[in-house]
Order: sequence, then structure tokens, then C-alpha cells
Amino acid sequence: MELAKHWRLKGARYRLEGARDRRTNTITFPPPHFSGPDDELVILSGRGEIWSWSAVENGLDAWGGRYLVALVKLVEGPLVTAQLTDVDPDAVHIGQPVEMVTRKLRDLGEDGLLVYGYKFRPLLE
Amino acid sequence: MAITRSDTGIVGYGAYIPRFRIADSEIARVWAGGGSGPVEGKAVAGTDEDTITMAIEAGRNALRRAQLDGAQLGTVWIGSESHPYAVKPSGTLVAEALGCRPTVHAADWEFACKAGTEALTAGMGMVSSGLVEYALAVGADTAQGRPGDALEYTAAAGAAAMIIGSSAKALATIDATVSYVTDTPDFFRRADRPYPVHGNRFTGEPAYFHHIEAAATELLHEIGAEPGDFRYLVLHQPNAKFPQVAAKQLGFRPEQVAPGLLAPRIGNTYSAAALLGLCATLDITEVGERIMLVSYGSGAGADAYALTATEHLGQARDRAPRTSVYLAREQSVDYATYARMRGKYNLG
Amino acid sequence: MRPVYLIGAGQTPVAEHWDRSLEQLAGAALQAALDDAGQPPIQALYVANALGGLLNKQAQLGAHLVAALRLGAIEGYHIEAAGASGGAALHQAFMAVSSGVYQCVAVVGVEKVTDVLENELNAALATGLDATAEADQGLTLTAGWALLQQRYSYEHDYTASSFAPWPVTAHANALHNPNALYRFPLNPGKVAGAPAVATPIGLLDSSTVADGAAALIIAAAPQVEGENTRTAIRVAGSSLASVPLALGARPDPLWLDAVARSTIAALAEAQLDADAVNVAELSDQHGIVAALSLEASGFAPRGMAPRLAADGAYAKGGSLSLATAGGCKARGDTVGALGIYQIVELAAQLWGEAGSLQVPGVRVALAQCLGGLGATAATHVLVKE
Repeated sequence: MELAKHWRLKGARYRLEGARDRRTNTITFPPPHFSGPDDELVILSGRGEIWSWSAVENGLDAWGGRYLVALVKLVEGPLVTAQLTDVDPDAVHIGQPVEMVTRKLRDLGEDGLLVYGYKFRPLLE
Repeated sequence: MAITRSDTGIVGYGAYIPRFRIADSEIARVWAGGGSGPVEGKAVAGTDEDTITMAIEAGRNALRRAQLDGAQLGTVWIGSESHPYAVKPSGTLVAEALGCRPTVHAADWEFACKAGTEALTAGMGMVSSGLVEYALAVGADTAQGRPGDALEYTAAAGAAAMIIGSSAKALATIDATVSYVTDTPDFFRRADRPYPVHGNRFTGEPAYFHHIEAAATELLHEIGAEPGDFRYLVLHQPNAKFPQVAAKQLGFRPEQVAPGLLAPRIGNTYSAAALLGLCATLDITEVGERIMLVSYGSGAGADAYALTATEHLGQARDRAPRTSVYLAREQSVDYATYARMRGKYNLG
Repeated sequence: MRPVYLIGAGQTPVAEHWDRSLEQLAGAALQAALDDAGQPPIQALYVANALGGLLNKQAQLGAHLVAALRLGAIEGYHIEAAGASGGAALHQAFMAVSSGVYQCVAVVGVEKVTDVLENELNAALATGLDATAEADQGLTLTAGWALLQQRYSYEHDYTASSFAPWPVTAHANALHNPNALYRFPLNPGKVAGAPAVATPIGLLDSSTVADGAAALIIAAAPQVEGENTRTAIRVAGSSLASVPLALGARPDPLWLDAVARSTIAALAEAQLDADAVNVAELSDQHGIVAALSLEASGFAPRGMAPRLAADGAYAKGGSLSLATAGGCKARGDTVGALGIYQIVELAAQLWGEAGSLQVPGVRVALAQCLGGLGATAATHVLVKE
């Protein structure tokens, strides 16, 4: 059980903390493993659109059953891999506006950690 | 204890209801060979949802309406009887997700269905005393009902968040509040047991009705008001019938109750139930109109509040999705799917 | 830099080898390669293996196989680059011989996947993705390629069936390969009707991961003294390139830049153009992998690979013969051993020993294997002297 690993990642997972290079204004998410001298922390809006998606039918047991994954193009620029939630496959399309929600990513078992993080769903309104 | 001089109010509120619904007729089909239940259907949390995730979304909505940053919150208090961990606070995780400072006060509250309003009253104290500027109180539950039990027809999921701040900035001022508690074993769940036990008809007259009516009557008496002085009444709603009967007994009219009565559509969201009703009511309340809110928690107790909408409410309500948006996104599931989503299959 | 030659090759069938261990598979392939080369003395063993630490709970495969295969006091190395492990190991061997440090070395690619159940295997395969940015989010290797196929089809107006020519060709070619996992024909209708693995990728456009080992003998001289019966095969180009593991970290995810760079470098080293290549083995676990590889390698213009495939460009007798022994789809995907299987099959084509799989007139062959979602690409160019 990777307790410390999940703990280290909470900034990005819980509130979309990314990095902005002050010189180039480039935003990176997930944040880079090594930040440059001009990097500053930035909280992303969580808004974006579906760049591509797939309904995973043979996912790992840890995720249970079918789920949707996507590459989401955030309005700030980064392309993020994440699950889609609160939507059925026949209602998903490329270009669809989505927003970030915080959900359970994994349940590591009865005596295990609950891992929370970002997923995306179609814009509510 | 009545608090009749409050300089606090609701500066932000936020609702959350998951999109899945199961009809009572579907539950009745499986367990009773057909028929109906005490509500039309209930809201069911998805497999990736729990008290923590729902509290986060409700909290984010409340922050948006309050136009606050999480870093400005002084407390993150989560009232629930379905915290995902028995030991490990929901509040710390919610606080981090909302962007709070580590110096925030975070904790979990438990008082059956009124854990959320207990946190609300405590938040009033923190703000009124000047200890914090803003206090977040959330009621959230993914309620448990033993398969086939009467509770299963209503035990639902939802969350509502309230940010308490000074009355000067409030969307609705909290003018007074009354707490009324007795030791009444109408409903309980022992530690380490998965489902609660309830006292059937004992949950009615001596429990729900007595506490709601005592708290409401005491509040009316303390502030010298009558039911007709309030535009709306929001009660804890374990089913469709109880709040309507209690309202009538208190002298309120059905149209005062209707906007905040969500149980017929989404069931009993436990710690969220009264506060979600308040969210739906605040969505339509006009400046100067008064709301009475009475929560109820088994065990037992009721918190009654008198609120008055301010001129700030109108412009704040559309900064986040209205409760009706969450009510409208209904995805029906059958019993088998519901059982899978709620982990009711024993997979060995 | 001196020329480097391939002087021996061997393989085991790709199969569910329930009765053989990782060590036994590696040993069988290496013995076959040494026999093929005339039993030259070797100075080092390069082991290509992707999943041994996870599935077989065995690390240090260099030392372990040197001992297990009774190779004496030679050096052993374990090279891991997910599905590009084979190409990466051969590149190491190439550099060792080319530099003059060694005269003759062996490369063995081995993967033993059937000792665990499918879920453990899929979790191990997912380690070729970015662990926190992708795998922790529930991405699998196939789902990653599915994301690329979905977007590619959207941009270039294709459907899932546009990718059927690759599995159909692979199965047609594998019919007479005794070492192939699957020896039955496929038709486009069957491919289209298969259940989805990760939409839009279906089961019959997905390779099966299976057990197998393949081995090469790499030397500074074209043949062992006294043995002079075969045309020499020169490893004319050898290159490895990489890009970030996560798709989201790449400026243009549909462009496999590691493939482009390693192909350009390998062909430049061989002083050849892409159109000089007669046969190629690619990472073709799904049609989309082959399509994107062909485009990045310069064999097809961007967005055109499925149209060219539909016209038969990559079938036997087309402008570039692919998957002549069945590719990943029909021969089977042996992950870390894949890059070595490719070379063994291409060597047979160059030596003219491919039997009923033989493509006529083969002079230049290209092998390319990818790690993860194309994060590592290793490309080799083989030339018949």
C-alpha cells in the first residue's frame, strides 16, 4: 500500500495543482517531477473538453467493471489522462465540454486506503 | 438552549445530489412482490462517490456562491453518519480539496441525521465569537439501509454545505436558533455494524414529531413569531409524509413546505436532508422573506432556526448550480445495478 | 566503429508454455541461436525482459541466466524498456561489438507471462505507462492506444474497421509459421464483429501476450571461422529514442516522435532511404500502433496509413511487407522478447530461409519495437551483404 506516494500526490489530485513557467507562461499538469527556477504553483480551473476517450471493457480488477477514460484538454492548455464519470458511453463525444470533480479513484481493499482524485464529467449546466 | 441574538448568517450555500435514482416500486418489486414505498424513489451514490466526494462538491458550490477562496475558511466540519473511514477524518480531505490552509479547524460530526446542523450551530458560535471569519458546515450521507428493510426505500445520498459568516455579508441572516435533545433510542447503529436498527412506529410520535415540534414551538415562542410570519418551512424529511404532517400540526400551510420538500423525489439524505431542503428554498427566496428550518437527528434531537433572506441572495444563487439542476439529472437504475453500486453483493 | 554482423538466430514457438520456465525458454532459444551460428564463444549475454521482476519475481536476469544456462564466466546484463526491451538490448550488444570491446555476444529476449493470472499480467503491462499520470487513473496499455485511435479516426475520418487490414494480413502471414501462436485466417467482418476491449479497439484487433524466447548471436565478423555457407547479414543501423511516457506530456500525441527519430537515425547510419526497405516488423499489437509507426517512420504520409493498408500496401507482395511471420497479432506478443523475435524472423527473410513465409528479393529489413505507448522506440536496419 503506497501510503506516502498517494499523500505526495494530493495537491494535483485534490485541487489540480499544476506548474506555470513565468517566462513562457506554459502550464504543466500533472506538475513536473523537477520544477524549474521560473516555475510557480498554479491551481487549474478544471474546465476543458474531451480530446479523446475510450470505454475500457477489460480494465483492471481494482477499477471494477467498465469505465471511461479520456484525454481532456484543459482550458489552460495541458492534456490530462483521467476517467470520465456521471456519463454513459453513448453520450460522450470529442470536443464535449467537461469539468473536474473529485471522486474515489481506487479502493485498496477493506484494510486499505481510499484513493481520491480528479475525474471529469460533462459540464453540469 | 435558545440563541435569539445572532450576528451571523449564511454567506454561501451549496447542494449536491448524485445522478442515480432507484424507484421505490423497483425495491418493492424485489422484496415485496410489487407495490410502492414511502417516497417515489431515492438518490443513489455512484461507485466513485461517498460522503467525502459529495461534501467536496457541495463545499465548492458554497464557496462559489460566497465568492470565497478555501483559504478563507476557518472551519471545515462534516456532519455524517456514513463517513468513509471509522477512524480518519473526512474533514481534512475535504479541506485540502477546497484549498483550505492547514491552520483550518477540521473535524467530523455525528448526530444521526442532524450532524450537519449541529456543525452549523457550532459554526455560528465560532463566527460570532470572532474566532474565525468563515465556518463551513456540511451535512452529507450515503445512507445505509439493510436490503429489504423499510429503511431501504428511503436511505439516500446527498450533501449540502453552508458557510457561516457575519450577518452583514449574509445571503440569509440566522436570526435565532433552538436546540432540543433527549435520550430517545428510536434509531441507532452499533459500532462496526453495517446497517442501523430502527424502532418502526417508535421513530414517529415520541421521536421525530416530539423533537421537531418542541424545537419549532420553542423557537416561535422565543422570537415571538407565528407560522404565518415565515414564507417557508424546511423540516428534516425521512419520508414524504412526516414533514407534511409535522408542518400541519405546527400550523404551516403546504405551500410553505413544498419548495424545500425533496424527500418524495430523492428520499432521505440523512445529514443532508434538512440542509438540502434549505438549499432548494434559498434558490427561490426573495429579499426579506423568512425561512424556518428544523432538522432532526435520531437519538434524539432537533435544531430549529429562523432565517431571513437579504438583498445579497438574488445575485448569489446562480454562481453555482441550483438544487433543481441536480434534481433534474436523473439516471434510473434497477435493483441489481443499485445493489452492485452500493456494495450489497457479497463477493466472498 | 566497426561493422556488426548477425551470425545466428533461434527461437521457441510463441505459446502458452505451461510446462516450461523462463530459464528453460531462454535456454532453448539461446542454444538454437548458438547452434545456428556454429557454437562460437560468447563474451557477454544481454537479456531482454520486461516483466520478470513483476511476474516471475526474479530480478538480476543477467547473472541469473548466465548461471542457469551454464555460460561460464561471462558478463550478463538485463535490459528493460517495456515492449522495446528487445530492441534496446540489441542496441547495447551492437554498441559493445561495434566499439571493439567484444568480438561476439548473445542477446536473448524472454518473457514468461502465463505463471500469473490475467489481472496480474494486465497490471504488469500497465507499468509501461506513466504510473501516476496514467496507470493510477485507470489507463491500460490497450486503452492508451484506443485513445489515440479514437482521435486519429476523428481527425482523418476513419472507422474501427479501417484498421482491420493489419490483423487480417498478420493472420494470413502466420498460417504457415510453425512458431506462431495463432494459425487461422481472419476476415474483416470477423474483426469488426469482435467484442470491444477498449473502444474503438476490438478483441480481434488486439494481440495476445504469450510466452516465448528468441536469441541472436552478434559478432564483429560475418561468420564463424570454418562456417561459410550463408550470406552475411550486417546490422547496418541501430538506434533508440524516447519521449515522455504519458500521452498528455507530448506536444502531438498522434506523432510517435521516438519512432521518427530512431528510424531516421537507423536509416542514416545504414545510409539508406525508407523506400529501400523491403520487409519490416513493427510493434503491431493493434492496427493503430502499426499505422502511427508507419507514418512516423516515413513509410506513409500522415493520416494515410489505413488507406494504403486498404490498398494492400503492407500485405505480402505490397510495397512494404509487414508482419511476414504474423506480427504481434498472430505470432503473439512476447513483450520484452518482441524485438528479438522480429530480428529472428527478418534474418530468415534475408538468409532466404523463411520457407513458405519467404518474400522474394529481400535485401533490406527494418525492425522496430516500442515500449509503452511509444515512449521508447528501438529501430534496427539489417542488410544482406
